[in-house]
Amino acid sequence: MTSQKPLRHFSRQYLREEVLPSTFCPGCGAGTIINCFLKAVNELGHQNLDRFVFCSGIGCSAWIPSPHFKADSIHSTHGRAVPVAMGVKLARPDLKVVVFGGDGDLAGIGLNHLVHAARRNVDLLTIMVNNMIYGMTGGQVAPTTPKGRRTTTTPYGNTEYPLDAANVITAAGAAYVARWTTHHVFPLKDSIKKALGKKGFSFIEVYSQCHTMYGRRVGFKNSVDMVRWFKDSSVTVSRAKTMTAEELEGKLVIGEIVEREKLGLLENLELVAKEATKIHD
Amino acid sequence: MKTLEEGGRLFLQGGIACSEGAIAAGCRFYAGYPITPASEIAERMAERLPTLGGTFLQMEDEIASICSIIGASWGGVKSMTATSGPGFSLMQESIGYACMTETPILVVDVQRAGPSTGQATKCATGDLMQARWGTHGDHEVVALSPNSVQEMFDLTVRAFNLSEQYRVPVILLADEIVAHMRETVDVPPFERIELTSRRRASRRDEPPFGGVGDEGVPPMPPLGEGYHIMVTGSTHDEWGLRSTGDPEIHRKLVSRLVNKIRRHAEEITDNEEQNIEDCRVGVVSYGCVSRSVYEAMRRHPELRIGHLRLKTIWPFPEKAIRALAERVKTIVIPEMNLKQIYFEVQRASGRESDLAPINKIGGGLIITPEEIASKVKEVSS
Repeated sequence: MTSQKPLRHFSRQYLREEVLPSTFCPGCGAGTIINCFLKAVNELGHQNLDRFVFCSGIGCSAWIPSPHFKADSIHSTHGRAVPVAMGVKLARPDLKVVVFGGDGDLAGIGLNHLVHAARRNVDLLTIMVNNMIYGMTGGQVAPTTPKGRRTTTTPYGNTEYPLDAANVITAAGAAYVARWTTHHVFPLKDSIKKALGKKGFSFIEVYSQCHTMYGRRVGFKNSVDMVRWFKDSSVTVSRAKTMTAEELEGKLVIGEIVEREKLGLLENLELVAKEATKIHD
Repeated sequence: MKTLEEGGRLFLQGGIACSEGAIAAGCRFYAGYPITPASEIAERMAERLPTLGGTFLQMEDEIASICSIIGASWGGVKSMTATSGPGFSLMQESIGYACMTETPILVVDVQRAGPSTGQATKCATGDLMQARWGTHGDHEVVALSPNSVQEMFDLTVRAFNLSEQYRVPVILLADEIVAHMRETVDVPPFERIELTSRRRASRRDEPPFGGVGDEGVPPMPPLGEGYHIMVTGSTHDEWGLRSTGDPEIHRKLVSRLVNKIRRHAEEITDNEEQNIEDCRVGVVSYGCVSRSVYEAMRRHPELRIGHLRLKTIWPFPEKAIRALAERVKTIVIPEMNLKQIYFEVQRASGRESDLAPINKIGGGLIITPEEIASKVKEVSS
C-alpha cells in the first residue's frame, strides 16, 4: 500500500476553518451555494480569496461570506450591502467585489439599491439567495413568497404576488442576469465563473431551500424534498417563452436571462475624469 | 474655475469652503443625495473630484450615500457625505454602523428647520441631540460646529483629522446661515495644512478591533492584502469575529468605543473664549448665533459679556462650562431650537437656576445682537 494524503475537500483552502461547523441549519441550501461559488473560484485559478472583498447585509445568506470565507468581508446593515460594495469597488477597482444576500435583504429592504446598482451597471457580482422567506427572524412572509403560502405573518395565506427579482434587475439594465436553483449546481457554478469575468453589474438569483422556517410549514417532508421541487418545477428561459401564463403558474424559470455588453460604471467614471481634466487643464 | 491648492484670500460661500476643506484634507470620495441647504457641497465636489483622481457619486438616497462612503473608507479613501435634517435622519443607522466598525467618515449636516420637512430653506440648529443620540445603543461621536465660512474650511479639515485619528464618524453640524453666507476666507496652501491619517496595520498580528487597552484606537488594515479582515456591525472580538452572546466581549468593545472619545474629550474639544476674565454675565453659543453674540459685545461693552463659543458640541465641553459657571452668576444661552444645549449646560454647570435661555425658531430668523443684549441687561439688573 502506498501512503495516501488524507482526503481534503477543495473548498477548505478558502474557508475559515476555525468557524466551522457552520451555523446553517442541516439541509440549508447555503452550503451548496458556497460549494458552487468556491468551485467557480477554484476553476478560475484563484488559489485564495485575497483579491476578493465580500459584502453582505443581514439575514442567513449574509453569513455565507462572513465569517465563512477566508477573505476580507464587510458585513453591513440590513439591505445595504450593495452601496457598501459600490464604495469598496470604486475605492479599490483592482479587487473583485461580490455581494451575497437573501431575498429579504436584497429584494425587500434593499431593493432600491439593487435596482440602481443595475441601472448604473456598477462592476459588482451580486448573488441573491432566494429562499422565499425571512428565515433568520423565524419565517415571516417575504416579497418573494409565492401567493397563498402560509407563513408566521400570513397565517391565512399570503395575499401578495411575489417579486420576480431577476427580471426587475434585467429591466434596470444589468450586464448579466441569471437564475438557478440549488438543484442546478453545474450551470450555477458556470454562471458564477462567467459573471466573475464580466464588466458591469452581474446578478445571479438562486432559489434555495429553507426547510426549517419555510419548507416544513408548507408541506415539504425535508430539504431534499424541496430540492426535488426545484428540479421538477423549473423550466428554462427558452422553454418558458413558448408557454402560456397558465402553464407557467408555479414554475421556476431558470437560465441566463440577459447578457449584454455595455460600459460599466468604472469605465464611465474614467471617461468623466478624462473630460474633467481636459476642461480644467 | 479657480482652484485653491496654492492658497490665498478668497471670497467663498460656506458650502464651497466646506468642499474645499474636504479636498485639502485629502477627501477623494463623496457620495450624496440632493437636499437643501447642503446641495452646494455636492455640486462643488462633482466639479472638483473628477479632476483630482477622486470619485463623486449621486446616490439613490441618503442611506446609500453613507453606506458607500463607509465602503470607500474601508477601501482606504477619505470619504464624506453632506445632507440636512431629513437625510441626516435616514443616515442614523449607518452612523451607528460606522461607530461599531470604527470607520472614519465625515457627515456634514447643514441644519434646517425641522422636524420632518419643516421649513426646508430656513435656518435652525435643532439637530444637536440627534447628532448625539440619533443612532441606537451606547456610542460616542464627534460633532463640530462652525460659525463662519472660514470655519467651514478649517473645521472640515479638523473633522477629517479627528475621524482618522479616532476611527470614528465625525459630524460637522453646520447650519443654513453658515453654509449659505459668503465671506472672505484665508486658505493656506494645501500642502502646508497638517493632516492626520489613520494608523495602518503593518503586521498580521495587530488586531483591527482591539488589543489597544480600554480606550485605544486600533490600526486599520488595508483590503486586498490577505489580512482577511471581518468588518461587522454585530458585536465582535478584537479580530472582528462576531460574538452575539458573550457579555464580556460586548462590554469590552462598547466600553472602548465610548472611552476612546470620552476619555480624550479634552484633546478633542475646542472652544473660543472672549472676555471670560473680565465678565459679569456669561453667554454660551455655537453656530451662526455666535455671530450675534460678537456683535452684541461690540455694541455693548458696558454689559461685560463673557463669551464661550462651542466649536465642539460632542463630546460636550463640560470643563469649559464648569469654569465659566464658577465665574459668573448667570449664563445666557441663545439657541435656534427649544433648549437643546441649555439642558447640557445645566448638567455640566450643576446649576438649576441662573441659566437664561433665548430660544427662537421658525422662518430662519437668527437671534439678533439686540435680543442677546437685552436678555443680558435683564439678568444683570
